[in-house]
Parts: sequence; structure tokens; C-alpha cells
Amino acid sequence: MEYNDSNVKVVQHLIHFYNVTKTYDNGVKALSDITLRIRKGEFVFLVGPSGAGKSTLMKMIYREELPTRGQVMFNGRNVVRLRSREIPLLRRKIGMVFQDFRLLPQKTVAENVSFALEVTGASRKYIRKAVPLVLQRVGMLEKANCYPAQISGGEQQRVGIARAIVNNPVLILADEPTGNLDPDTAKEIMELFNVINRNGTTIIMATHARDIVDDMKRRVVKISGGRIVSDEESGVYSFAN
Amino acid sequence: MRISTILYCIREALVSILRNGWMTVASISIVAVSLVILGGSVLLVMNTGYLTQRLESKVEISVFLEEELAAADVKEIGEKIKSTAGVAEVKFIPKEKALQEMKKSLGSRAQVLEDLEKNPLPDAYRVKAEDANQVPALAGSFEQLDGVEMVRYGKGVVEKLLSVTQWLRVASWTLMGILGVSALFLISTSIRMSVFARRREISIMKLLGATNWYIRAPFLMEGLIMGLAGALLAVAVVYLGYIALVDKIKVSLPFINLVPGEEVFTVVPGALLGLGILIGIFGSLISIHRFLSDKKA
Repeated sequence: MEYNDSNVKVVQHLIHFYNVTKTYDNGVKALSDITLRIRKGEFVFLVGPSGAGKSTLMKMIYREELPTRGQVMFNGRNVVRLRSREIPLLRRKIGMVFQDFRLLPQKTVAENVSFALEVTGASRKYIRKAVPLVLQRVGMLEKANCYPAQISGGEQQRVGIARAIVNNPVLILADEPTGNLDPDTAKEIMELFNVINRNGTTIIMATHARDIVDDMKRRVVKISGGRIVSDEESGVYSFAN
Repeated sequence: MRISTILYCIREALVSILRNGWMTVASISIVAVSLVILGGSVLLVMNTGYLTQRLESKVEISVFLEEELAAADVKEIGEKIKSTAGVAEVKFIPKEKALQEMKKSLGSRAQVLEDLEKNPLPDAYRVKAEDANQVPALAGSFEQLDGVEMVRYGKGVVEKLLSVTQWLRVASWTLMGILGVSALFLISTSIRMSVFARRREISIMKLLGATNWYIRAPFLMEGLIMGLAGALLAVAVVYLGYIALVDKIKVSLPFINLVPGEEVFTVVPGALLGLGILIGIFGSLISIHRFLSDKKA
């Protein structure tokens, strides 16, 4: 947080989309003229039908896609203007969680998590200390030496979350993280995200899970046809179709 | 670079190499074959250099003089030969000495010379050139001199040796070039298969913030290991083959002197290993460049 001369709080935005338009090479228009601001510490749901542009919007934040027009600011930097060797550094500030977990099947739970630290060049000593702590946080310490195939989907997603937060990211991007889970397990996973958010990490989550969105009473950004159709604090899912 | 990172690269590279199976075998073999040809060609060049150098000291030009020349004329011709550029040494061989030498070389069959009424051999100068390549030109110029009957030298031997080795050199370099390009192609195909087998892992690594070089290094290592393995194979084949050849020639063709094995193997293995590694790294760079580069802004 910053303060200006008159001691009025100036809200610092973690993410700022300025008039972002994305047209893919094949002519498909994924986003048109999106302007969106997200503050540090927020928990934001992105909802909308499949193909509405939710994933494209998230990919812009971690520079997997570039906007055709417009700018994307993240953490005070213009993501569009990053040099390619700065991209890995950007991504180390962002934890990503996916519907299909994206764990490496030939690595154990602990190895999957430590992999995230290894690729950033962390020391062995730090990895040995950090991995058990984060596995403890997601309740997977007992299964540290299991392989992904040996644990349930909910447990695999806990490992995915552990891997996302082990770098202490400022932002978590979750793309339908409960999409492959039964409702009870999904609730547990959402509770985990809630705890992480309460500790100060910003979370952006794309989801189709109506009951989860309605339960959480958080900010809901609705996207349809590449445009933001509504943006409400403490919103509900409610789509006409 | 940290030791653990290097170990990580080697481990990942070996996993890929084993997984690619026959592709790896093919890549390593073709690197080996092309380097064996290169090694053989280098040995050939070294040996012809060595042989011509030895022949050089043996290649002499004999300048036979006309009969009944005045002693002053003989001397003048000698001076003219001596003053020609490229002449290293000139020796006068009077006809009497030439006859003696002939007798000596004929040995027990020298009988035939006894029947001659007079010495049929002319006076001659024996000329050594500074350089074997100049011999034909020098011989030609001596032929123009007045009072010279005939000029003789080991005509053809030197030229033939040089032209044959020249031809062999061109042929083996061409073959080695073609095989080298195939080696590059096979290694890059191998690496492409490895990249493909790991595309899921690579995409996860990118999302986790791995730098490009962290992702690329194992593939470079893979190319390097394949190039090195091929080169080691080639060095073994060339070394054992050459040692066997030298031994065989020592027995059956004792008058041919090859460069001794120890002398050859001070430079050749290093060159082959270096080149093998270069082929490996370059081959993997081709695939890395094509399949692991970033989206441009």
C-alpha cells in the first residue's frame, strides 16, 4: 500500500488490463476491449460459458499469450513489454493450478513440489526445509512419497496447490481447479484456497461451479463473448443461459 | 552452474538417450563413421606428407653429359647447374666412378661389364633439389643446356603419389562432409523425439518459471553425449586399425615408412573428440531452435 501527501490511501492494483483485445491468428476474437483492475489480496471468480475468454485472460497475465491491442500491468510491470528472459521471473511470482492438476507422473508428491523450486535454482538446503512445510499446509505430508497415480483426484489437486504456493507467489491463477472433483472434495479444496487468500495471496479463479461461487460471496467477473458483462463485489453465478 | 544442475542435465540426457533406442544407435554410429573417415583421411594426409618428405631426399636429377666434352665445358655446365634457383646440391660423377657404382650394384652379374671395350657411360652431374615439387621444372631447364645429352629423374613417381593422394583427400573430405551433414540431421531428429517425449514436462517447467537454458541444457547435454560417444568409437576404430596397419606394413612392405602410431595419436584423438562434440551440440541446437523457442513479442 502507498500513501499520497494527504494521507489518503491509494489503492495499488496488482493487475490492470487496459483495453485489451485478443484476436487469434485464425481470426477468432477471444477478448474485445477488456478493462479490468484487481487489487492485492482480492479473491476474484471469473465465470462465463466455455470459450468466453476466461483462459485467454489468465494466459495474458503470465505472458502465455500477448494481447493484439492494449496493455497488461502486473505487479507494477508491463507484461507485454517484458523481454523473453524476464518471463520466467514473472512466472515465479505466479502460482498456477489446473483442472487436470498437471503433475509429473514419474515423480513423487514431494518431488513434484520440489521440482517447482529446483527449476528456479533454489538451494538443496532450502528445498529440504520448504517442501515438508508446504505439504503440511495442504495436508499431504503423510503421502509425500506416493506417486500421483496412487492418490485421489482431490489429493492430487492438493499437491498441485502445494506446488503453486511453494514459491510464495503474490498471485494464484486457478483454471477450474475443482472441475474434476466431486462436490465434497471441491469444498475442501475451496477451503484451502480460502486459507491461502486470507494469508494475503491474491487469487483469480475461473470456474463453472455455481454453488461454490454462490457460497463464497466474493467478487465475480462475468465474461461472455470476450466482453465483461458484469463485475460485482460479493456476486453470485446466475447466468441467463 | 551448480554441480547438482549438471548432474540433473546428465541424468535427464541419459534417460532420453535410452528411451530413443535405435535412433540413438543410428545417430552415434553415423557420427562414428563420419569421424572414422575423417580420421583415415587425416592419417592419409599425414603419411603422404611423411612419405614425400622421405622421397624428396631420394629424388635426384641425373644430368648426363655429351661425350667428348672439353673439361672446361664440363665445368661450365656444372657452374650453370649450381647457379640455378632451387638447386640444393650438385655432385659430379665422372664416367669411371659411374662404372664402378654400376659394377657394385650388379654384384655377381658384373661379369657382363668386363667384356666391354670401353666405358659406355657418360659423365654426369647428380643434382638434389630443395623441394621435390621443383624436380620436374629443374629437369626441364637442365635439358636446355648445351652439352647435356639427357636428363633423368624418378619421373612420375612423385607426381603420381601426389595426384593419387590429392584425389583420395578430396574424395574422403566430400564423403565426410555428406556423412557429417547426415550425422547432424540424425542427432537433431533424435533430440526432436526427446523434446516431443517431454513436451508435457517442458510446458510445466515453463509455467513454473524455469529459464529457457534450464529447459534446453539437458537436450544440449544429450547431443553432446551422443557426439562424444560416436567420437570415442571412431577414435578406438582409427587407433586399433592404424596400429594393425603399421604392424602389417612393417612386415610385408618394410621399405615403406609410415608415421609411427605414437606420433599420430598425439593430435588425432583430440581433434576427433572435439569435432564429435561440436556435431552433437550443433545437431541439438538445430532442434532446440526449432522446437523450444519462445513466442516473439
